[in-house]
Amino acid sequence: MTDRNAQTPAKTSDFSERTVSPAVDIFEDAGGITLLADMPGVSKERLDVKLDGDSLSVEGRVEFEGLEDMRALWAEVNVPRFRRTFSLSRELDASRIEANLKDGVLTLRVPKHAHAQPRRIEVSAS
Amino acid sequence: MFDTMLSRPQSLFDQLESLQRLLTRSSGLEGATGSIRSVAYGAFPEINVGRTPASVEVFAFAPGIDAATLDITLERNVLKLSGGRDSAIPKSDAKTQVYAAERPNGRFLRAVTLPDDVDPTKVEAKYRDGVLRISIALSAAAQPQRITVQ
Repeated sequence: MTDRNAQTPAKTSDFSERTVSPAVDIFEDAGGITLLADMPGVSKERLDVKLDGDSLSVEGRVEFEGLEDMRALWAEVNVPRFRRTFSLSRELDASRIEANLKDGVLTLRVPKHAHAQPRRIEVSAS
Repeated sequence: MFDTMLSRPQSLFDQLESLQRLLTRSSGLEGATGSIRSVAYGAFPEINVGRTPASVEVFAFAPGIDAATLDITLERNVLKLSGGRDSAIPKSDAKTQVYAAERPNGRFLRAVTLPDDVDPTKVEAKYRDGVLRISIALSAAAQPQRITVQ
């Protein structure tokens, strides 16, 4: 599902284009797949969830106010942009993806097509 | 059926990426001296510290946390931050399959040594978009002052 190789664009020397991949949890139940991504510092306005064919990408920019006259003393987060791409498979219904961002955690719910959901086949006794 | 959805934690790209992360992050800020309480990459939450003419600003990247459960203490110039985060993954059973579990969970504690000239009585903390921002004012003596010529 993960396509981490696509994270860093060709221009790696340009700092503003560098990205880190957010840590994710992904799990699947009968109805679809749930994905949670840690994107601290990303507000709703700076979050981009894109679907291109069967490729789902999430991207977000970290921004803070009042950094103008600030000097860094210590920085563990050096790249202010998250990006990660996932490929979906056919039984997932990309048109019904739900996205929710709360406290820096993006939750995506990708439901399966109704016909792809597991069905119990009733056996009628004759 | 979902072979394209499977994550491969041991794949080459993951290894390369974690190596790259180690290289770029273990040094903290390039050229800055590491504090004894600041550990290498991998700690949660990750912390950035900045300084303005009037304050020291600490940013803790702690997404998905109930701000009420955070415990922040400042003793002299050591800032300690503790809390916890529950796993979002439901218990794995026959109906749920887990493909990736990268997000840290459980209890955490981090400590940061701040510059000596902070005023521990003037602290403000805000939690927004998963980032805890703590502003500690510099003591009056450490702030830039204009000197009038008599």
